[in-house]
Amino acid sequence: METENIEEEAQREAEEASSSRALYEVKMKFLGRTGKVTALLKGMREIAAEHRPAFGKRVNELREKLEGMFSSLEERMRRREMEEKLAGERIDVTMPGRRRQRGALHPVTRTAYELIDIFSGMGFEVFEGPEVETDHYNFTALNTPADHPARDMQDTFYITDSILLRTQTSAGQIRLMEKKSPPIKMLSPGRVFRSDDDATHSPMFHQMEGLVVDRHITLCDLKGMLDEFARAEFSSSSKTRLRPSYFPFTEPSVEVDVSCHICGGKGCPLCKGTGWIEVLGAGMVNRRVLENCGVDPDAYSGFAFGMGIERIAMLKYGINNIKLLTENDTRFLEQFED
Amino acid sequence: MKVPYSWLKDYVDLDIPPEALEEKLFSCGFEVEELVYLGKDVVNVAVGRIVKCEKHPDADRLTVCTTDCGVHGVKQIVTAATNVSEGALVPVALDGATVLHEGGVEKIKAGKLRGVLSEGMFCSGEELGINDDFYEGAEVNGILLLDPADAKPGDDIRPVVGIDDYIFDIAVTANRPDCQSVLGIAREVAAVLKKPFRYPAFGFEGACGEGDVTVTVEEPKLCPRYIGHAVKNVKIAPSPRWMRRRLALLGIRGISNIVDITNYVLLEIGQPMHAFDRRSLRGGKIVVRRAAAGEKIVTLDEKEFTLTPENLLICDGERPVALAGVMGGLDSEIEQDTSEVFFEAASFARDSVRKTSRALGQRSDSSARFEKGVDALWTPDAGMRRALRLVQELGCGTPVAHGVDALSVPVRKRTVRTSYAAIDGVLGIRVPKEETDDILRRLFFEIEGDGETFTATVPPWREDVDGYPDLAEEVIRMYGYDHIEPTFLERATVTHGGLTEAQRTERKFKDVLRYEGYCEACTYSFGSPKDFDLLRLPADAPERHAVSLLNPIGEDLSVMRTLLTPAMLQNVVRNVRRGNESGKLFELANVYLPQELPLKELPEERRHLALALWGEGDLFDLKGAVEAIGETFRVKFTFERGERPYLHPGVTAVVKAGEREIGTIGELHPAVAEALALEKRVVLGELDYAALCPLFSSETGYRNPPAFPAISRDLAVVVDEEKTCAELEACILHACKAVKRAELFDVYRDARIGRGKKSMAFRLLFEADERAEKPLSPETVDGFFKKIVGNLSRLLGAELR
Repeated sequence: METENIEEEAQREAEEASSSRALYEVKMKFLGRTGKVTALLKGMREIAAEHRPAFGKRVNELREKLEGMFSSLEERMRRREMEEKLAGERIDVTMPGRRRQRGALHPVTRTAYELIDIFSGMGFEVFEGPEVETDHYNFTALNTPADHPARDMQDTFYITDSILLRTQTSAGQIRLMEKKSPPIKMLSPGRVFRSDDDATHSPMFHQMEGLVVDRHITLCDLKGMLDEFARAEFSSSSKTRLRPSYFPFTEPSVEVDVSCHICGGKGCPLCKGTGWIEVLGAGMVNRRVLENCGVDPDAYSGFAFGMGIERIAMLKYGINNIKLLTENDTRFLEQFED
Repeated sequence: MKVPYSWLKDYVDLDIPPEALEEKLFSCGFEVEELVYLGKDVVNVAVGRIVKCEKHPDADRLTVCTTDCGVHGVKQIVTAATNVSEGALVPVALDGATVLHEGGVEKIKAGKLRGVLSEGMFCSGEELGINDDFYEGAEVNGILLLDPADAKPGDDIRPVVGIDDYIFDIAVTANRPDCQSVLGIAREVAAVLKKPFRYPAFGFEGACGEGDVTVTVEEPKLCPRYIGHAVKNVKIAPSPRWMRRRLALLGIRGISNIVDITNYVLLEIGQPMHAFDRRSLRGGKIVVRRAAAGEKIVTLDEKEFTLTPENLLICDGERPVALAGVMGGLDSEIEQDTSEVFFEAASFARDSVRKTSRALGQRSDSSARFEKGVDALWTPDAGMRRALRLVQELGCGTPVAHGVDALSVPVRKRTVRTSYAAIDGVLGIRVPKEETDDILRRLFFEIEGDGETFTATVPPWREDVDGYPDLAEEVIRMYGYDHIEPTFLERATVTHGGLTEAQRTERKFKDVLRYEGYCEACTYSFGSPKDFDLLRLPADAPERHAVSLLNPIGEDLSVMRTLLTPAMLQNVVRNVRRGNESGKLFELANVYLPQELPLKELPEERRHLALALWGEGDLFDLKGAVEAIGETFRVKFTFERGERPYLHPGVTAVVKAGEREIGTIGELHPAVAEALALEKRVVLGELDYAALCPLFSSETGYRNPPAFPAISRDLAVVVDEEKTCAELEACILHACKAVKRAELFDVYRDARIGRGKKSMAFRLLFEADERAEKPLSPETVDGFFKKIVGNLSRLLGAELR
């Protein structure tokens, strides 16, 4: 029978097809417009009428059978080809990822931002005063009399008799208090300058000054706020210790130590075995300073604190050489990427 | 301030060990920077009596001494010293002892010397770390011979030679010049230990006539007090051991009784003193006046100084005899045959002494003390009375009955009137009233009150106290800072903190650069005037108009910068030298622009941005970072060819926002690169951040995405070499509204195109109007394309490829 021969032939050729393309060609050879099965159907007219239904049925059965066969072979072929393709695309996933080198903020900036975030959460606003200052704002208004050792040429960079590079961000206190009346909670970060240049001093560094002026502010409030700061900046178990000190613009003045965040207060090389690290200076705002800014010292009181940002950064990141902070070696700076 | 433990015992009964005292001092505001036990390196050294001396059997230079060391037994010691003899009392370093040797510590062990056992070693003064001031004979070449009156065999050597003592090195804050003396510290020690304080003896008995020196102070502001007192029948001799030892503990060599007394009073009372030989005071006069310009003086240390009216002088009737507060003159020095001295105890303004000392580079213990401040009312008088007492105790002269006292400040008691509530209000705790009274009284305040308010009379040496906050500080430092309980602004107003818009913008700005791969640098605000030359800036460049420091650390750091680029360039040089082949840096910092020079008002502080990249990348990488800023803050930058003397003339662009110039970017000029030995490509940028800020917008707008996909077409044209991408781009965009973007993606040059020509290929993106109802048809786009080509050809002479 012709149909049986065709079926056998189609089956054989289809099985031999080695690719989707070849399989398609075989399919077209039998089922295409000029294919052998199609030719059989076209040849129907030449068959006697009484045989036509049976012949037609046989050819149609053959077509359906072949279509089914091709369809399953095609599916199988696709799967095999996909597998081959995937095998060919196999890569070494352990090769390095492709990424763009990111930059980093300077550790001093990073630390300053951290400090600002801590205090701005407590209701502080940030105020930046000028770096080139007058003698008045840097010293006189801060109750630093004309013959005070801190004003000596040794420590201060002068531009003229009355204009200098600010030696402390405390200068910003006065400018803010002149503009704004209490309640005040102010943070003043920025560059300061001292005529010191040795292994542990840099002629330019950064400070952060904090000032609170309101009614009924006490030394206990200062302690409370600094405890909060120490916990946020160093460790949740950090404690502070106040001890007497002296600054012309505060009275009483205190030096503030924070319990060592490395040893937790037991004593280690960082804290030189004392368990405490000197972190900042603070005190109750001197009445004369308030008066100088037109704030009534009988109605208002306040506290101020000031810290060296480099010092905090060095403590926090364990940086042991202040010069690293101004050398701008990219091998150092890149480590502060985040 | 250095203070010996033993000396403090003169004024306070100390019953706590030095370490405990250190803690106490720390708690009340006197940090002990160092506590040194003087005898720490001299251990296990005892007094021994040499019972028998015999020649060493095998060594001519050695002697074998049988030595009775009391409780330590009889020891055989072999020595090379020649000044030992039977019966002598000597220090013996026993087996296992340590002594000082050539600047280090040496351990002594028993051992054989040329076959004979030596159970230790005899010590010299040097090996005990002492000089003649500690013990007479300590400086002889040989073994220290002890006086039988001082010691017996078996005694520890340290108390015998005066090194069984502790030295406290105390940091004294600038507000407490009254504590720059042993007595001043002792007052604090007494107060913190709640012990009685004993003053030393002052004054003298049995005067001898009257002095004949008159004192005139022409500058009372610079010398508020001058006390002078003559002492007759002076016999110059060495001072006794107790006094020399005390001076030696604090590093001062004994000279002679009169000079030692002045040094002793400086250490004990804190009053710098000077002793003049009466013979040298011509005209019997002391005149305190400013120096005439060019006047000269030769000081005790034989240095000659030429003076100005800034310098205060002590003169006699004819010439300067001392540089006030700093040092005496050479020819009024105390001599061996001085028979009458004139003591000076004065108060000089600290600023004046400091200026003179600094200007002349001449320092002394006196000037150091005056620079910290000496009160006029108490200390000079106490110092003088103490000195005269010591003269009497040492028997080295007889004071005249009356001194001269030129005092120009009013003698009055200073009082602070306040209440316990005011003090508690500063502290935030309640200190018991009795405690407050007690603390203040122990600190020599007189307290009188009614139980609520009180008047505190301030001791004259406490010039730092003038209000109740000062009293609050006195109370809390003695009561203890551990009494301060943390509170969190319980009674204060709630305030709304946070960053301003400008501060938030700055953080975001830095973030953009960080994401573009730039590390933030931090450089000094001052630089060298030579930086301008390095950048080849012309003589009249506005950047040279810079503020100079009067007292810079050095020329390199003497000028407030007017641009950030020089420091940035130094960063690059440093990085390249250290082998960092490539990198990217930025700095956002102020430049300082004076309105006029010399400065009359504060200069403008203007924030600039500096950018640098080196090694990898070119101008377009740096430009990409600038464009990223523009995108983030919605500022449209344009770039035009520009010039800067330090940048490559062909690879420099001016950055503009609208018509405003914002800065420059460009490749470092090869000539500058060569001067800095930079072989790698360096690209620099400096933008005026302050000018940029007002243009920033943080508004996030949006437009609907177009209804139909955009159609893209590539266009390649050949143009003359000098035509720029920006010109072509503008021409294309201008020709047809439907072109939303024209992006250059290729530039190509070769011989077929022709010399002086280049082919530029753009990818054009056409979009239908937002309100269009159907997509652009290929025919419409063809029409646009033709128009664009036509415009390019007509306006820029471009030919389609």
